Amino acid sequence: MERPLRLISANPLDQLARTLEALLVVASAPLSVAELADAADDDPERVDAALELVAERYSEGRSGIVLEHVAGGWAYRASREAATACARLFERPAQRNLSQAALETLSIVAYLGPCSRPDIARIRGVAAESAVANLVERGLITESGRDDDAGGAIRYRTTPLFERIFGLESLSQLPRLDDVGPDADAIRDRLHTVAEKRSA
Amino acid sequence: MIVRELALDLDAFEGPFDLLLTLVLKEELDLREVDIAAIVLAFLERLAERDELDLEACGEFLVLVSSLLELKARGLFPEEAAELAELEPEVAAEELARRLAEYRRMKEAAAWLRGRLEEEGDRFFRLGPAPFAPKPEVQLAPQQPEKLAQVIRLLATDPPQVSLAHMALRFPPVSQFLDRFRAVLRRRSRFDFDTEVRGLSRVEQAVAFLALLDLRRSGEIALEQAAPFAPIRVRAAEESANRDERTVTWNARSA
Repeated sequence: MERPLRLISANPLDQLARTLEALLVVASAPLSVAELADAADDDPERVDAALELVAERYSEGRSGIVLEHVAGGWAYRASREAATACARLFERPAQRNLSQAALETLSIVAYLGPCSRPDIARIRGVAAESAVANLVERGLITESGRDDDAGGAIRYRTTPLFERIFGLESLSQLPRLDDVGPDADAIRDRLHTVAEKRSA
Repeated sequence: MIVRELALDLDAFEGPFDLLLTLVLKEELDLREVDIAAIVLAFLERLAERDELDLEACGEFLVLVSSLLELKARGLFPEEAAELAELEPEVAAEELARRLAEYRRMKEAAAWLRGRLEEEGDRFFRLGPAPFAPKPEVQLAPQQPEKLAQVIRLLATDPPQVSLAHMALRFPPVSQFLDRFRAVLRRRSRFDFDTEVRGLSRVEQAVAFLALLDLRRSGEIALEQAAPFAPIRVRAAEESANRDERTVTWNARSA
């Protein structure tokens, strides 16, 4: 190195960490390690290590800016203690006043997506047009190809914005819903009783 | 209690039940958008306000709402309606239970999302289109040198001169009118500008006027105009000076 006799040795990743900070402050969407490594012209492994350094610097309680792993990438957000101040100045139209219908539709797309409006209507029992349009407008879901069958209905999936708003690293962080408890069994039993009466 | 006058306040519709039925029958309202459970709830609420059970109203409501349900079901599952009708009651119940369970799972998921939204309510971050740099250009395919030379030769030749012949505006030199007015003033001591330029084009008249101003500035002439837009009278400067003198003399004498 140019100064082999330096007494206070800086972390060799410091310069890379500064570059990553710069990239992240300019970005308006989470950046993946691959994107960061490409831009910084460095190894993904070193970027990973440098990100840890940056995340330590920008953490809750230490800084007003917090680095987080979200929506498959890394992004800055405001610290939680500054949320009240942020709320006075900034609006969040994407998540304001989400109706029950919108949330149910959003769940279906998040868990079963990509799926089409007929798929959603089949599960919810009401047409999905307005709920889907509402979620698309908010940027929480987006078009993602078409059904293979003759109708070729448009399919939808959730967006990175959805993961960001709900603070998910990826969709795999959604809780498992396999076990919905005894309610489902009770419904099943009641329906079977009705069926037996009708066939009798 | 009159069922048809039942006031409804739904997402898709607001007004009396009667109007809802009319709109559905005229196909001006998509029944698939209507939450029938909310209609039933509205009816039950009205019913609960009364002390005694209105059997007639209940019967009428049941008939109306069940036809609405059937219509809606057909609208939602056009191709499956026939298929389900052929099912054995046990199989149909199983299918229905499966769907209800699926819906229940999604309701649970929605509840989880709502809770999560509240937990993450203090999450603020920057939003906007990502200002990514454009991807590097794709390399061009290899080219034949002769062909490139041919194309560059095409570009290197001067473009043809554009003709301006069709543009009629031509400005005669101001000096032409200077000479002309001086010549006139040598013959006559005064003349009328308007008469002198009569018959000339508008542009020529404008240039003539410029010449006139030029002569005035150099003190060769004096100008007179009785009123705006009246004829402009032009006199040689010496002549006007003489006349001024005469006027002064005359004034002094008459005083």
